[in-house]
Amino acid sequence: MNEGSKKTVKTLCFAVLGMFTFSFALVPLYNVFCEVTGLNGKIELRATNDKNIEIDNGRDISIQFVSHNNEEMPWAFKPSEDNIQIKTGKYRTTTFYVKNTTNKTMVAQAIPSVAPSNAAAHLKKLECFCFEQQELAPGEEALLPVRLIFDNELPTSINSVVLSYTIFDVTDYNDVEFTQRHNDDHHAGHEMEPSI
Amino acid sequence: MSAVIESHNHDDHHHGPAKGLTRWLYTTNHKDIGTLYLWFSFAMFLIGGAMAMVIRAELFQPGMQIVEPEFYNQMLTLHGLIMVFGAVMPAFVGLANWLVPMMVGAPDMALPRMNNLSFWILPFAFFVLLSSLFMEGGAPNFGWTFYAPLSTTYAPPSVTFFIFSVHIMGASSIMGSINVIVTIMNMRAPGMTLMKMPLFVWSWLITAYLLIAVMPVLAGAVTMMLMDIHFGTSFFNASGGGDPVLFQHIFWFFGHPEVYIMILPAFGIASHIIETFSRKQLFGYASMVWAMASIAILSFVVWAHHMFTVGLPLAAELFFMWATMLIAVPTGVKVFNWVTTMFKGSISYETPMLFAIAFVVLFTIGGFSGLMLAITPADFQYHDTYFVVAHFHYVLVPGSIFSIMAAVYYWIPKWTGNMYDERLGKLHFWLSFIGVNVTFFPQHWIGLAGMPRRVPDYALQFADWNMISSVGAFLFGASQILFLFIVLKTVMGGKKATPEVWEGSRGLEWTVESPAPYHTFTTPPKVN
Repeated sequence: MNEGSKKTVKTLCFAVLGMFTFSFALVPLYNVFCEVTGLNGKIELRATNDKNIEIDNGRDISIQFVSHNNEEMPWAFKPSEDNIQIKTGKYRTTTFYVKNTTNKTMVAQAIPSVAPSNAAAHLKKLECFCFEQQELAPGEEALLPVRLIFDNELPTSINSVVLSYTIFDVTDYNDVEFTQRHNDDHHAGHEMEPSI
Repeated sequence: MSAVIESHNHDDHHHGPAKGLTRWLYTTNHKDIGTLYLWFSFAMFLIGGAMAMVIRAELFQPGMQIVEPEFYNQMLTLHGLIMVFGAVMPAFVGLANWLVPMMVGAPDMALPRMNNLSFWILPFAFFVLLSSLFMEGGAPNFGWTFYAPLSTTYAPPSVTFFIFSVHIMGASSIMGSINVIVTIMNMRAPGMTLMKMPLFVWSWLITAYLLIAVMPVLAGAVTMMLMDIHFGTSFFNASGGGDPVLFQHIFWFFGHPEVYIMILPAFGIASHIIETFSRKQLFGYASMVWAMASIAILSFVVWAHHMFTVGLPLAAELFFMWATMLIAVPTGVKVFNWVTTMFKGSISYETPMLFAIAFVVLFTIGGFSGLMLAITPADFQYHDTYFVVAHFHYVLVPGSIFSIMAAVYYWIPKWTGNMYDERLGKLHFWLSFIGVNVTFFPQHWIGLAGMPRRVPDYALQFADWNMISSVGAFLFGASQILFLFIVLKTVMGGKKATPEVWEGSRGLEWTVESPAPYHTFTTPPKVN
């Protein structure tokens, strides 16, 4: 094999390795892209620290609460109110009922999602059970609170919003690591914006 | 095929092929390896075709007739995977092995040992994939696009074997393309400048770059699946912060260039054959090259048109719609050039030419239905219907597969030294042509009428066209047995071929005798 061929082979091998690495780089790129554009209905798992968000002349928004159990998650999980009316710029608290129906202690994590997705960036939470994991003893039940607000920049085309929670069984996962990863992710993408 | 080469050249060549089975195991000769690739892809074509027959037999009438829905899904998945990775891609690599060194005046491929390796790992990949049929839980059943979470959380246990086989296929393709690029870039005969290269060589050079760029991404996607299934990661699992839609983005970032990988070499083949049988120089050589290059570049920025319905923002849907439609421009240039090459040519209609003309016409139909699918609002209606099935079968069967058949008829006299039986060749063409259209044209209508794809049973109003489609499929399937017979007959004997074989043939491969000697161009030819 001559020198030219050797050089071409080397370049091509680097290209292959580079593209393999790129395929994994797509994962963080995708998350950053979704966060910047507010696509995907993902909302942050952190409390807002914006205290001056409340205003007086908000408009009416209806929120529908939906609850799902992921896969084999056996807990009972449902919103206490299915529908509420809320004004933009006004805090409101509601609760979700949860019960560990099994005979062992389990840990759960709820993941929120908002539809339509462009409402996600305007839904802020002062308090939410989704910020941390829930550990329940066998048969234990609880009312989990969420305190939320829509900021006044919510697009006027949106009059009703669905807030859905999916509850996951995370008993076998290390909870410290999980919460940390979520918080780190969201720090990185949102330095300039008020945190939710 | 090469048995004939052996008997012809053994006496007057000191370095003829070795004898026996080990010749094929140890061979580093590009012609031997090309032959191996072509026979392997033919075997896979028949296996994948048999699976298509099971699918069409089940769809012959509404209701569940022959197979269980679970098995139907396995047939559907394996049919797609085998036809894409086992039939079309290896056939093109086989043609590249046979033709690229001869066309550029090189004695062999640049990396002959790697060439041997890249072929011989393929049978193992498909052995692993096919053996999953006999495993507990059955073969992969999630479609050839293997969307997560169907292919992760809900997959049968055999998915791990599927991942392994995709890794091997990817490694084989990557090695094959490195070989093609190094050969073309470094081993051309003196005077063979890039813009003098035959178009098949150009088409493969571009295809090889596409393969280098996207096969590692496919490997990444299946690696992430493997990690999600076995190592507790959550790339595509929402419970751990991942996203199943991400899978679709990664898959189609590979998948769209992949569909051009399966058509670009066909463009090269059609250009050669139309030029020869029109007895005219190809119209617009330079524009053919830039058209292929722009199609290849555009293929990286259109992937999301496969996923308009996942909930993309309006801006993205508009971008991917316009970018997709832009591809029609270079493709239109190519079709225009082929037609113009035929215009006022003294055309004769031998079998390769018939296949090439059918390729131009039917591929264009497939291109037009692709344009319909590119219209975002319309796609919401057509998505996941039989219209999509009709579209991609039109570009792949009378597109890629017809071009491969055309290439076999066109170059088989060079490979074996014998002419094929023209009467049988034409019979094979007409049976295939009628079979393909009867099979796939009605699928446009049942798709527009709302029949979903990937279903083992369907509503009564689709019954008539499905029955006709199945009849066409049986005809097409049966006529490929005739193709096998014709190829075998040509390998065994037939009218002797001259070195130039065809009256209007151009290019270095026609300057060597037929059958091509075991070693060609050991001293490089001079190209003016």
